[in-house]
Amino acid sequence: MLLAVFSDIHGNRQAFEACLKLARAKGAERFILLGDFVGYGADPEWVVDTAMELVAQGAVAVRGNHDEAVNSTTESMNNEAQIAIEWTRGRLDAAQRRFLAELPMRVEDTDRLFVHSEASSPQRWTYVRSTTDAAKSLISTPAHVTFCGHIHRPALYSMSVTAKMTSFVPKTDVPVQLLRGRQWLAVLGSVGQPRDGDPSAAFALFDTVSCQITYCRAPYDVAAAAGRIRENGLPPWLADRLSQGR
Amino acid sequence: MPKPLVKSGAEIDGYTIGECVHAGGMATLWTVTHPGIDVPLLMKIPRVSEGEDPAAIVSFEMEMMILPRLAGPHVPSCFGTGDFAHQAYVVIERIVGTTLYKRLPDLPLPYEEARQLVAGIATALADLHRQNVIHHDIKPSSIMFRGSGEAVLIDYGLSHHNHLPDLLQEEFRLPYGTAPYMAPERLLGVRDDPRSDLFSLGVLLYFFTTGERPFGEGETLRAMRRRLWRDPHPPRKLRADYPPWLQEVVLRCLEIEPVWRYPTASQLAFDLAHPDQVRLTTRSERMKRDPLSVAWRRRFNQGVMQPRAKADVAAQIASSPILAVALDTEEGAPELNEALRVTTERILATLPSARLACVNVLKLNRIAIDKTLDEQGSNKHVDRLVALRHWATPLKLDESRLTAHVLEAVDPAAALLEFAEMNSVDHLIIGARQGSFRRTLLGSVSSKVASEAACTVTVVRPPRMATAKPGAGVVWG
Repeated sequence: MLLAVFSDIHGNRQAFEACLKLARAKGAERFILLGDFVGYGADPEWVVDTAMELVAQGAVAVRGNHDEAVNSTTESMNNEAQIAIEWTRGRLDAAQRRFLAELPMRVEDTDRLFVHSEASSPQRWTYVRSTTDAAKSLISTPAHVTFCGHIHRPALYSMSVTAKMTSFVPKTDVPVQLLRGRQWLAVLGSVGQPRDGDPSAAFALFDTVSCQITYCRAPYDVAAAAGRIRENGLPPWLADRLSQGR
Repeated sequence: MPKPLVKSGAEIDGYTIGECVHAGGMATLWTVTHPGIDVPLLMKIPRVSEGEDPAAIVSFEMEMMILPRLAGPHVPSCFGTGDFAHQAYVVIERIVGTTLYKRLPDLPLPYEEARQLVAGIATALADLHRQNVIHHDIKPSSIMFRGSGEAVLIDYGLSHHNHLPDLLQEEFRLPYGTAPYMAPERLLGVRDDPRSDLFSLGVLLYFFTTGERPFGEGETLRAMRRRLWRDPHPPRKLRADYPPWLQEVVLRCLEIEPVWRYPTASQLAFDLAHPDQVRLTTRSERMKRDPLSVAWRRRFNQGVMQPRAKADVAAQIASSPILAVALDTEEGAPELNEALRVTTERILATLPSARLACVNVLKLNRIAIDKTLDEQGSNKHVDRLVALRHWATPLKLDESRLTAHVLEAVDPAAALLEFAEMNSVDHLIIGARQGSFRRTLLGSVSSKVASEAACTVTVVRPPRMATAKPGAGVVWG
């Protein structure tokens, strides 16, 4: 089965639409949503509604720190994120907020694990920045492949049976076979706010039979998404950074 | 880890196991057959039992990732892989014959034989590098030749694929590979520079032409590290009749700094295909090693070695292409030759490591016997070479980047296409002959070349015609 994995959509409707369209065109059969549906972007209602529909049709979804912040005032965030989340809170209705509040922190699916930040302690929202961080996550789970997001930059880590680590920046559209003999941590780029210098929306496809992962990029109407952020009075940097991909 | 299931007569995923043909330190090789496949097959199975080197597993994982992605005549075709979860294996085509290792008792080889052999290997390496793979274990036992003549590179257990995770990057504290052939930068942990393979091939060429390994057989790290500062004895010191052009090529491959070696395997293959055009530098004259004072300075200044940016195999190859410009020095209109020069200059300006081959076709008569001398009695071939070099003078190219070639052929387009093919030309620049009587009669050379060449072709027209006719100067990709 071909899975399409999306992370960090962040209320960016244009980016999410482009990714869904491209993933469907490539034959995706099941959708995995790694959290942070809201925050930063100006279309949280549409994004949450779409996520709810996909989940109703069998998609997997887990909770991100921005999703949690909608329902809690104790999450500490930087100033712009805080402004965006307060604005978001006012936009979502009770059903949408409940959907976010009830999302699980992690989902296990046969030998795969889906989590927003990393597996060792998901509630701490730690970023995977290095092989050391990745090793910590991989040691905490027996899963063959862990999928996560949170850092908004794609990366692929592996750990051998002798606990040796490798790190790799995946090349767009080049399938990589996640060999059985080792464990893998697939860090997804962001759909709605890429920060790796490429403004196009990031997601990945995973073939559960061949165990191949393909990192993909979907170009989308960045100007429209940025325009929505500006017209809703959100911090202008949240609009500007989209075209720079950082 | 499950026990290996392999023995003669057993069946794995539809492959019937035959006999064990090789048992190496890392893996065993078995002949296998499969009902749907009618080429001879080999199954390679890693040694994974308790107490075996963990390196065997990792390098086998690398082969499992890389082999299925390779294509072309210079690699063994891959038919299938099996996972470590069940029984790890790769099935590849069985190439008839032996590796170059069997030639070691014949060393040193005659220069001409070694030249052809290594030119073939360089062509194979260029093809591999174009597929984003650095071999990292070029040595006689990793090289075979097909019956049709192409070199085949085998054993990808230490290789690096620029588009795949490098599983060996943190696996070993010490550089892993074959000591006598290992490039100096490998000792510093660099695994992403394709020029490391050119160094190894230089070691092979040195060994095959002198009978001696340039850096000995030392396996200790201390012995290996010497090559970071100590240059090898020039081959001419070992064999008095060693051709200067060959020493130039060998010592350029063996430069300590990758940047002083050939920029690409294609460029090395080009020089080996045209030994008479190799530009000789002081390398070719050297009779002894650098004085100790120079070597010691290198040794104790290693800290100041420039930090290197992460290399991208594809980008490096793309910045060092082989360009060819087809010129009609005899009948070509001066304005067309000028337009060709302007275009060539522009392309070269963006590619500091590119080399340029200026090509002219001396058209032979289909029936009559051709004379080498013209009516005035001067040699046509030599005249044209002089004219080509004269055309290229304003480009002010370093001589090591420029060659001139006169091809003799009945069909100029076919000759140009063959030249481009044989020399792995990346970009061919050719003038369009507009409105000529001969073109109407014989068809256009440039249009045939543009439509049939495997490389990029730029068709150039003089500026006057470009304004008269829209769409002129089109780049054919």
